[in-house]
Amino acid sequence: MSLFTHYKNARLLDPASNMDMVGELLTKNGRIAAIGEAVDAPDIAMTINCNGKCLCPGLIDMRVFVGIPGADYKDTIENTGEAAAAGGVTTVCVQPVTDPIIDDLARVEYLENRARKAKANFIPFPAITKQIEGREMTEIGLMSKAGVKAFSDGNKSVANPALMTRVLKYSSMFDALIIQHLAVPELSDSGCVNAGALATRLGLPGIPTAAETIMLERDLRLLKSTPARYHAAQITCQDSIEVLAAAKQNKMTVSAGVAVPHFALNEYAIEDYRTFTRLSPPLRSEDDRLAVVNALKEGVIDVIVSSHDPEDPESKRVPFEVAETGVIGLETILPVSLELYHNGIMPLLDILAKMTCNPARILGLNSGVLNVGAPADLCIFDPYTPHKIDAEKMVSLTKNTPFDGRPVQGRVLRTVVNGETVFEYQK
Amino acid sequence: MSTADNAADFVFQHQHLLGIEGLKEQDITCILDLADQYVEQNRKTNKKTNILTGLTQINLFYENSTRTRMSFELAGKRLGADVINMSASGSSIKKGETLLDTASTLNAMRPDLLVVRHGNSGAVKLLSRKVNCAVLNAGDGKHEHPTQALLDALTIRRRKGRIARLTVAICGDVLHSRVARSNIHLLNIMGARVRVIGPSTLAPASIAALGAEVYHDMKEGLKDCDIVMMLRLQTERMHGGYFPSISEYFTLFGLDYEKLSVAREDALIMHPGPMNRGVEIDAAVADDLTRSAIQEQVEMGVAVRMACLDLLTRKKRNAGDGQ
Repeated sequence: MSLFTHYKNARLLDPASNMDMVGELLTKNGRIAAIGEAVDAPDIAMTINCNGKCLCPGLIDMRVFVGIPGADYKDTIENTGEAAAAGGVTTVCVQPVTDPIIDDLARVEYLENRARKAKANFIPFPAITKQIEGREMTEIGLMSKAGVKAFSDGNKSVANPALMTRVLKYSSMFDALIIQHLAVPELSDSGCVNAGALATRLGLPGIPTAAETIMLERDLRLLKSTPARYHAAQITCQDSIEVLAAAKQNKMTVSAGVAVPHFALNEYAIEDYRTFTRLSPPLRSEDDRLAVVNALKEGVIDVIVSSHDPEDPESKRVPFEVAETGVIGLETILPVSLELYHNGIMPLLDILAKMTCNPARILGLNSGVLNVGAPADLCIFDPYTPHKIDAEKMVSLTKNTPFDGRPVQGRVLRTVVNGETVFEYQK
Repeated sequence: MSTADNAADFVFQHQHLLGIEGLKEQDITCILDLADQYVEQNRKTNKKTNILTGLTQINLFYENSTRTRMSFELAGKRLGADVINMSASGSSIKKGETLLDTASTLNAMRPDLLVVRHGNSGAVKLLSRKVNCAVLNAGDGKHEHPTQALLDALTIRRRKGRIARLTVAICGDVLHSRVARSNIHLLNIMGARVRVIGPSTLAPASIAALGAEVYHDMKEGLKDCDIVMMLRLQTERMHGGYFPSISEYFTLFGLDYEKLSVAREDALIMHPGPMNRGVEIDAAVADDLTRSAIQEQVEMGVAVRMACLDLLTRKKRNAGDGQ
């Protein structure tokens, strides 16, 4: 690896500073050393000509499930890292839903060690409650002191309001971020698709949007008396957006994310019981999808995540009701999100902000920006190249993408982590 | 050649019968016309023909069933097919074999007809993609039960002379009922007017999108109906209270003479069975031979299934093996 790398002729996109200009960027020892229309590079620098393509901070994906430990037939850390690199994602935030559950410091460190050689930065999000059972909180203090940024119970809600109150109170001592999956268990556990006409026609048990909104309303009510840092993992419907917008107007410390499928697909993607469209929360109605798109545009939703969740064929080649939830998404997060740009809904920088500086700000990371001194985590992409998503060409071990065959525009050309190229597009 | 073969030169365009949704009026009419002839055959002393001789039919039932399985078995046997029954209990399914592995295994035995019932919606369609033979859906979860809707249609057509423009009330536990869904599709295709009556917890408003008017009051919904279809209360699919008590349910939604009095005088009473007397239907109403078509439905079931087995193998039989 060269000490210096000189990226020339790049369209520099930095959402944090609203920068969109043609220029150059120099990295030194894995950090950004200079940015400008032209930068002085030493003779020994390796030069990369970006040919006018976009260069932005590497993407930060706040919601990724991995197979390690416990299920390496679904995914390995190495494979997740390669998928991330191929998708322009340089930081992968790992959900604790593994076997065993990541719910103490030893397991956090185990995962960090396993990920040391991976092609992306891995940030484990340990569980909020032990064994994600929703009964006792984990050692939030010890883990926070050791550098853990955020806690999440994965696909489970912290349903008990008394426990949630204590979690919020306790975590606020350490300024830790609590990431909540929004689903009232009694309303969602027996369902598998959005409640409504389609669920009725398919004869599948529905999950009403109220399952999400009630939990959000409850948490916001608790937050009023117990200020803490709170992040709603996935928002999928109009009702939740209204509640969230009101809370933000009242300057509450709340942020929210959305997974790509929830703004790119609606419930009708299920067609004939396609298990690759089974998600938690489920795909919603077209009205809700449009509301989510608007909430992204208006800034009510801060973050776009892939919610990458590899599932082996045996978990998906079964009847819809018994299929596992989850889709892969690391390799499609950028091109599918760029549809918002190509459809004229959002400016390019605003979309990129949801995957770079916004998650970085929420998590307190120094990446996600093109600043001198920041880690040289970069994504070079062409926003215009049209192509069709091809599941077979993906590097993810499992191919459970709902976007197979979808025509998109935009391709990641090069991914750089800590100054080192970890992915280069080969025609 | 049997009379049935001569009677309908119609070639059924579908490889499988997975549901009523997607069928056309002529598909349904053709099945019913053919079934009418099989009713005659079944009323003779010698009920057997040989049009399916040499063909193998496997009845694969993941859920318990008596009448549907027997009906399919009789239908196959009366047409001369070799019929094998396989139920979930006491088979490899109990040992953890997946649905698709079972499908591949059975497929390797080269059946010509696979009749499948499964507790999950969509499961029969999933299975149909893995096999080369014709698949008949004998009920998948809460999704569809096409032969039940067809036998109901045959019963109605024989009693009323038509289906179009009749007002049909489907009463009770619509939420959990595949029979209701298939019937709503079929009756809409055939031009009938469909009403759904039940408590709002079991007859959800979203059912309207399938093509039905939703009522929550029996007397309002039954007014001037030509056909009253009762559904079984599927307590085995219910988790948590959908209504407070059986007694309240029967009082509000059970079919008795009093509620029936607002329907047309010649309204026909139907029930897919098995009946819960005193729950969704009063025993006296169920046994009223002038009003109730419940026994007739069972008879029509065999004939309709014979018609389906016949039609789904017709292409194959016409092509032959070149022997």
